[in-house]
Amino acid sequence: MKNPTRRSALALAAVAALALTGCGSSDPLGGQDTASGSSSATGGTGGSGDALVIGSQQYYSNEIIAELYAQALEAEGYTVERDYQIGQREVYLPEVESGAIDVMPEYGGNLLQYYDAEATATSPEDIQAALTEVLPQGLRPLEPAEATDQDSYNVTRAFAEKHSLTSLADLKNVDEPLKVAANSEFETRPYGPAGLKEAYGVDVTVVPVEDSGGPLTVKALVDGDVQLADIYSADPSIAAEDLVTLEDPENLILPQNVTPIASEAVDEEAAAIIEKVNAKLTPEALIGLNRESVEKEASSEDIAQAWLAGQGLS
Amino acid sequence: MNQLWEAVLWCLDPAHWTGPSGIAARSLEHLGYTLLAVVIAAAIAVPIGWWVGHTGRGRGAAVALSGAARALPTLGVLTLTALLLGIGLAGPMTAFVILAVPSILAAAYAGFEAVDRRVIDAARAQGYTGAQVLWQIEVPLGLPVLVGGLRSAALQVVATATLAAYVGAGGLGRYLFLGLKTQDYAMMLGSSLLVVVLALVLDGVFALAGRAAVPRGVTVARRGVNA
Repeated sequence: MKNPTRRSALALAAVAALALTGCGSSDPLGGQDTASGSSSATGGTGGSGDALVIGSQQYYSNEIIAELYAQALEAEGYTVERDYQIGQREVYLPEVESGAIDVMPEYGGNLLQYYDAEATATSPEDIQAALTEVLPQGLRPLEPAEATDQDSYNVTRAFAEKHSLTSLADLKNVDEPLKVAANSEFETRPYGPAGLKEAYGVDVTVVPVEDSGGPLTVKALVDGDVQLADIYSADPSIAAEDLVTLEDPENLILPQNVTPIASEAVDEEAAAIIEKVNAKLTPEALIGLNRESVEKEASSEDIAQAWLAGQGLS
Repeated sequence: MNQLWEAVLWCLDPAHWTGPSGIAARSLEHLGYTLLAVVIAAAIAVPIGWWVGHTGRGRGAAVALSGAARALPTLGVLTLTALLLGIGLAGPMTAFVILAVPSILAAAYAGFEAVDRRVIDAARAQGYTGAQVLWQIEVPLGLPVLVGGLRSAALQVVATATLAAYVGAGGLGRYLFLGLKTQDYAMMLGSSLLVVVLALVLDGVFALAGRAAVPRGVTVARRGVNA
């Protein structure tokens, strides 16, 4: 206990552990097939006899969407392998490009910006058209859902009424300093403070709360610690806390329609099954699915099963 | 190796040091949180630890409680308290105090237990009251062990205080999270290096304090024995 070098080693270990928990932490229940050496072998070869590998981001809502596709495909006789809860775009997109993953639920605007930082498309249709151009050889975007899940600026109902706010443009009439609770990277995003200033002439400062618009962010807004909060538009807490999402007439925030990307192993029939699911996936439907997870803590498997049965898709 | 070098360069860039979100301000914040947490934890744990050590009562409860507190995951405590108290410093500070209490509590009573019983018996035989035994014998003789406990608590907290940034309270964790989310790994690794440096500095300070805390009589007696 009195050895200073051991102490320092402990401190180092603690820092390292902290850094690791930041990067790793995949859901132990999520990835049934995480050790999927086999998936790279089956992917990309085509033909309906092989298993289709479906991936998902490390985001509960994305996993639910992936599970919808998986169960819908299984219901039509496809063999499916699940490879869920894979970090961020920088991690999983190379896997998709290499053919290790065949279907990945994605979000139009952010996916486009990943492949083309200079992209100018702002409507869902233009984004879809642009995606067809920029996706690497062998990958194609399937028909997007009406549902979107995008960053949105939210205020409390009371704050909106006090300053008669309906859109981001109204913020410039607010005569008090504006703070927005968001993840720290919000500071550097095109739709962050700099973008808001450019598009609407509004100054805000970021209060970093690192739970991606989760309960702590919502709490900060409801408590009045901040006046604005960046919350994903499909988050059920917006309705649960009676928050007002400010409109974005200048299209500062790109629409993030749920857009699956598919490899060549996904034949026309499989693509049609996924697109049939997408056709039923309205914004309200996605919020409802998320609510099942957030409020009832149901598993993505059960949520998907119940929803597909309700839509007559299973 | 290249990444490590970039992290060092990130730390050394003077442009990163100034301003309200500069390294200097964030390091001071980080150090301030650490010291505040240790002071609060000491205010709670030292009196309890001394009472346990002096009376010999409640030792089982103290061991069980500090063991349980050690097992609590700090991020979980932080999230729960922040959900109750709102964002800002209150949530993380509660979590850091809970992290720091066990080592200080254990060191406070262990310091008393390490005092030679014959010294206390001799004092009592000379007519020392309970309070005199406490303040003139147990506290000074137990002090080096207590400082050791403060040292280990401070190191645990300084390494964990990066979590303050999780709820918007700043500190060096601000860079850690920002670097992680924007794939700026030089910033992320650089801020970790700064935390390591702070930890080493704190460890050095406490090592000196620990040496200074040994009563002169003990040092003389040890020399006598060794000679």
